[in-house]
Amino acid sequence: MSRASERNRRTAIAASLCLASIMTAAACSTPGETTSDDQDPTAGSTSASGAAPTCGSDPVVLSTYIETGFPLPKSLSEEFTKQYPNVTFDIREDQFAVITQNAPRVLADDPPDLMRLPQVSDLATDGLLLNLDSYATAFGWDQWPASQLSQMRVDDEGRRGDGPLYAMGLNQSMTGVFYNLDLAAQIGMTEAPTTLAELDGYLQKAKDAGITPMAQFNGGATGGLAFPLQALMASYGDPAEINAWTFQQPDATIDTPETLLAAEHLDGWIKAGYFADDINSLDYSTMMSRFVAGESLLMFNGDWESGNLDTQMPANVGFFLLPPVEEGGEVGAMSAPLTYGIAATAEHPDCAAFFLDWVATNEEARTIGVEIGGSRPMGPSDAFMPEVDANSVTSATLAAGTTIGEDDGAMEFIANATGEIYAKSWTPELQKLAAGQQTPAGLLTDVQADYEEQIGG
Amino acid sequence: MTATTGTSGRRETVESSTTSLQARRRALRVRRLRRGWVALALIVPAALFYGVFVLRPLALTFQYSFYDWNGVTEATWVGWDNYTRLLHDDEMLGSIFNALELIIYFSFVPVILGLFTAATIRKFAMSRLAVVSRTVLFLPQVIPLVAAGIMWTWLMASDGVINQTLRAVGLGALARPWLGDFDAALPAVGVIGAWVALGLCMLLLLAGMTKIDPALFEAARIDGAGAIREFFSITLPSLKQEIGVCVSVTVIAALASFDIIYISTQGGPGNSTLVPGLEIYYLAFFSREIGQASALAVAFMVLVLAIIWPIQRLTRDAD
Repeated sequence: MSRASERNRRTAIAASLCLASIMTAAACSTPGETTSDDQDPTAGSTSASGAAPTCGSDPVVLSTYIETGFPLPKSLSEEFTKQYPNVTFDIREDQFAVITQNAPRVLADDPPDLMRLPQVSDLATDGLLLNLDSYATAFGWDQWPASQLSQMRVDDEGRRGDGPLYAMGLNQSMTGVFYNLDLAAQIGMTEAPTTLAELDGYLQKAKDAGITPMAQFNGGATGGLAFPLQALMASYGDPAEINAWTFQQPDATIDTPETLLAAEHLDGWIKAGYFADDINSLDYSTMMSRFVAGESLLMFNGDWESGNLDTQMPANVGFFLLPPVEEGGEVGAMSAPLTYGIAATAEHPDCAAFFLDWVATNEEARTIGVEIGGSRPMGPSDAFMPEVDANSVTSATLAAGTTIGEDDGAMEFIANATGEIYAKSWTPELQKLAAGQQTPAGLLTDVQADYEEQIGG
Repeated sequence: MTATTGTSGRRETVESSTTSLQARRRALRVRRLRRGWVALALIVPAALFYGVFVLRPLALTFQYSFYDWNGVTEATWVGWDNYTRLLHDDEMLGSIFNALELIIYFSFVPVILGLFTAATIRKFAMSRLAVVSRTVLFLPQVIPLVAAGIMWTWLMASDGVINQTLRAVGLGALARPWLGDFDAALPAVGVIGAWVALGLCMLLLLAGMTKIDPALFEAARIDGAGAIREFFSITLPSLKQEIGVCVSVTVIAALASFDIIYISTQGGPGNSTLVPGLEIYYLAFFSREIGQASALAVAFMVLVLAIIWPIQRLTRDAD
């Protein structure tokens, strides 16, 4: 064989190897066609049609995918196993961001019985989550205040607020304003402010006294200024309109005269220097450590930190909902269930649903929910509530939860309107606002434009 | 076999020599074939891995780039739409420009500083100080990029060592939250990249310098050349190949940067440090636009090749 033909032969072998690999790889079939076609997203559990399902008496291992850093689900699972020894939990933990990005593939490829969920609408419409309506009927969840479950209902169009139930909450989280009682006393703030103007006065006093009025996180991919912005939106406008936008209701817009007033008020706080000067590089944990170290007067955060703050700053933290413009007006707050769902093809859906019902109705579970989770449990309005130290901030957040319920002011987080609205719109735009590179009106117009593009409107 | 006379003897000789030639050829072929099979056996596992983990994803990425797909449900064929959108999307274009700007920090700075430090260290190559310098400068290479990112995030925080130092020496006006400032964030991320790349460049260039014939320096000195003339006339031209390798490696690092930026800024503030690697990640995992992410990945791969290919050619020409 000549050298040239030998070379040709080698080239041919190499080429066929490459070609074979590529052909094997691409196979020229349409991506995704084998997944979830046979799943009916509206199909609930048939076993739940009669009596309420249970975990039975045979050994059951519930595969559970939870958010790391939050002790509540683990504590609940331990207590559940104590009460139902035949049920154990196989727990996988990840950070929320990892869960968010993994959710579709995990639900499709390795369906867990219970999973902490990000925004549910895409997962529901893709047929990856179990329709829980039959469980809601069997367990009587549909008799609870409707607002508790509305955020987890998704209709055929992928809009939330109505339609079948696709998830349940371990509790009902809520955000508001935590404040340092010692620092507040230094500037004469002995009670929570009752109007926005009063709060503004305290913020100025804190600044004059050399105290950072607010250390809000807003760095990296976390636009934490969305917390005060949404609270201001509730003070100036109607929470129902914000919810309509977040739930993708037809023709909903975030760019309204009321939200503009809210954005301008936030811009006023930025320009007055009420936030830390390094706000655009502050992450959540730095904000927490600064607040716990007594470096800032207040922070916008959620009641999931109540238990933590009671431990780290005992009897030195207060909590209030952002006050209305005028005294006596209604208040609103970001309030959402700590959402858990059951995969459409989960192995033990009945037992998982029974666990979710137990979390909301069992007295021991509700006590854990309040003491460890720091938030109001799901369930009927007149359900058992554990005793809480009246001087604790947990007590204050629970009381605020009652106020929100009375005022019907619960709002889903504006960051959950679409899968990418937080990372692609709110965060960069709020960071620009903090740096003086965006106007309040421009912020709302740009976010609305992105929103319409993302929902295909 | 012995040589014989006469026709028959010649035939025998010819026959026997032919036979022996054939046998030798056969043996050679068998040996070649055996060697070929051995070579193939050695290559196949690596080729298989390469096919499954490099060529397959490459082919799939190319395929996905023509679909609108959320990663789960059935995809829709959209042709070149994802590529067309690349040209009209400010955010994606911006991420590419950011990556190009990072070349200054990730590549030019470490190569120039590497040349300077290598030339300096060469002067006292045998001393203990040179060993210490080499170790200190090379250390960032063995630190995981994620750890480097975290460390620099602390250093560059508003109350970090850098700002504390600036305030201590009376330059407090310059202090700022480096990674949270729209103007400073990209250069700040660039500093981290430069710090990481410097060690490798310095070591490569130092190795190149030790290969230069000392007689050249001696001759230059006799001709009255100073250190600077010596550097530009002898050292620099002799290091073309090493400089080519440094530039190639660091330019790829700049364009493909992900770890450092994900850890230190996650693309913020605004989108001031958004790079294609991060944008592909956001598109694929948060926006669930697998097709668009794939199109950006393919387009970006072509861009990287277009930038690296001339550098490689220049280096080859230098040989």
